[in-house]
Amino acid sequence: MMEATVTIPPFERFYAEHRDEVYGLLARRLGRQRAEDAFQETFLRALRSYPSLRHGEYLRAWVLTIARNVAVDAFRRERPTAELEEQAELPRRPAYAELEHLTDALPPTERAAVVFRYAYDMPYAAIGAALGSSEDAARQAASAGVRRLRRKETT
Amino acid sequence: MTVPTDLDQRFRDAATREGLVDVAYDLADSPVGELLVAVTDRGLCRIAYRPDDALDEIANDFGVRVLRVPRRVEGVRRELDEYFDGRRREFDLELDLTPVADFHRLALDELARVPYGQVTTYGTLAAKVGRPKAARAIGGAMNRNPIPIVLPCHRVVGAGGALVGYAGGLERKELLLRLEGALL
Repeated sequence: MMEATVTIPPFERFYAEHRDEVYGLLARRLGRQRAEDAFQETFLRALRSYPSLRHGEYLRAWVLTIARNVAVDAFRRERPTAELEEQAELPRRPAYAELEHLTDALPPTERAAVVFRYAYDMPYAAIGAALGSSEDAARQAASAGVRRLRRKETT
Repeated sequence: MTVPTDLDQRFRDAATREGLVDVAYDLADSPVGELLVAVTDRGLCRIAYRPDDALDEIANDFGVRVLRVPRRVEGVRRELDEYFDGRRREFDLELDLTPVADFHRLALDELARVPYGQVTTYGTLAAKVGRPKAARAIGGAMNRNPIPIVLPCHRVVGAGGALVGYAGGLERKELLLRLEGALL
């Protein structure tokens, strides 16, 4: 008898594996007090798009990117005029080093969308969650990034 | 940096409140060892003697948003405690048997009618579901019973009265039958 098998870990296992690192990142950026709301928001965002994932790889990069964007949102809410240069969290992996290098010149959001989509094979719903936007916005960011890369290549 | 316990708890509660949890579970101590107890919005969906393997099976059957939320399984835990204390003979719980189909489902429905403290045989159950020669298939259905204890597959024995088999191990089957007074 054939049975479908899930390749994504049950959410509890994913949560237990990454919660301390996510909390640490948020506490460093926002202070412990404000990190609490951001922590909850990070894992609720992850939980919402979790069923759309197609595989269980790069989940650490994914959830840390969600956390960074939640932290940026919290920061902007309090200081709307402050300048903030934000880099997506993309750990370097040998197989994708070239793609990451190629995308170095892209704006952070486009770069994250391109790498999550084309190197990590993440669905747009999950990328949207990571970037704090929608599925459509993630799709647009990825295609804008790819167009920008093509222009660079031909000049 | 370790997440504070109360923050961890708040996340689990918020996830539940927002309806983002497919399956809530917790671990419970019992005289037959540690049990994993899991519920969906429809009811109790799993009791497992081997918690680690069960988590993946549950994710497969009901969805990957599986989260440990002790509050959600409190009602089940209370009835189990009463049962193991000898204060409860019937469970009053909604069950979610969505992934169990056809013959296995019929077998479990019939199994649910076997009273506390009594035993029946695989052959008798087979006859009751209208397939008197399917004792072996009944054994398979019992072996894959997703909610042991509450659906009392420990009350099904061989034609000669031998305990025969139990997915949780024969010593557990014997202990449950002794608890119910079916074995001396």
